[in-house]
Amino acid sequence: MIDIKQNYFELFALPVSYKLDAVQLSGRYRELQKVLHPDRFAHLSERERRLSEQYTAFLNEAQATLKTPLRRAQYLLTLQGIDTLAETSVKMDAAFLMQQMTLREALEEAGGAVDPEVALAQLSDEVCGNLKAQRQQFEALYNAADYEGAAGAVRRMQFLEKLALEIEAREDELLD
Amino acid sequence: MAYSDKVIDHYENPRNVGKMDADDSNVGTGMVGAPACGDVMRLQIKVSDEGVIEDAKFKTYGCGSAIASSSLVTEWVKGMTLDQAADLKNAEIAEELALPPVKIHCSVLAEDAIKAAITDYREKQK
Repeated sequence: MIDIKQNYFELFALPVSYKLDAVQLSGRYRELQKVLHPDRFAHLSERERRLSEQYTAFLNEAQATLKTPLRRAQYLLTLQGIDTLAETSVKMDAAFLMQQMTLREALEEAGGAVDPEVALAQLSDEVCGNLKAQRQQFEALYNAADYEGAAGAVRRMQFLEKLALEIEAREDELLD
Repeated sequence: MAYSDKVIDHYENPRNVGKMDADDSNVGTGMVGAPACGDVMRLQIKVSDEGVIEDAKFKTYGCGSAIASSSLVTEWVKGMTLDQAADLKNAEIAEELALPPVKIHCSVLAEDAIKAAITDYREKQK
């Protein structure tokens, strides 16, 4: 059985780091899934079956968290006692916010462009480039144990990820 | 979660959406953001030589409560002196819009935005 008091990295026998061994993660995930397969619990008591469901939920949450770069970064910070998702009032750099405003305005205007698909693709490239740069910054700061600095990079990633999702949604609308 | 009628009203008919020239010496610009939800808010004020807010504009990318909070603030601050506007409390915004506890931070964002705009304007006068 699995120990739900372990942190997610321990669960998958991974080092606590932003750099991820994706093969190890998916391999160990499949192993643990087998251990927790409902068929193996079918003959057991309801209490034990419910426990196995809880373990499965824990396992899936752990896997989804580590697999996604932003969620992995957020999780690494929670292990350091910083929860960037619970923050409600944080001062952000004015220049960064200005850029976010401009990018969102560009997304709004992309619909009216001569070729909306091209406009959206360009915007998407720009946002993905920014995201990549923030991920690299996060990794460098985290590895240097500058957790406050790393939290800044995660906050910027949170804005950019949301925007990337909105661009994707707009692209889907165009295809419909 | 259900939005209050007032939030819906401001969301569907936002007041004073727009942009002012940030380089104008009579204009103060406040830019704030909420990283947890990725909301971005810009609130601008145009101040008369007597220190009264003549006009206010906003643009918010965010949820209904964030849009309503900033829309309401632009309505309220018009005609106020800078000191009166700086005194605006998020609790007043939250109460007027009947924001639920999980959305209180949207009213905080709007309060931060008007304060940032006032600070920006005052910096320019130096």
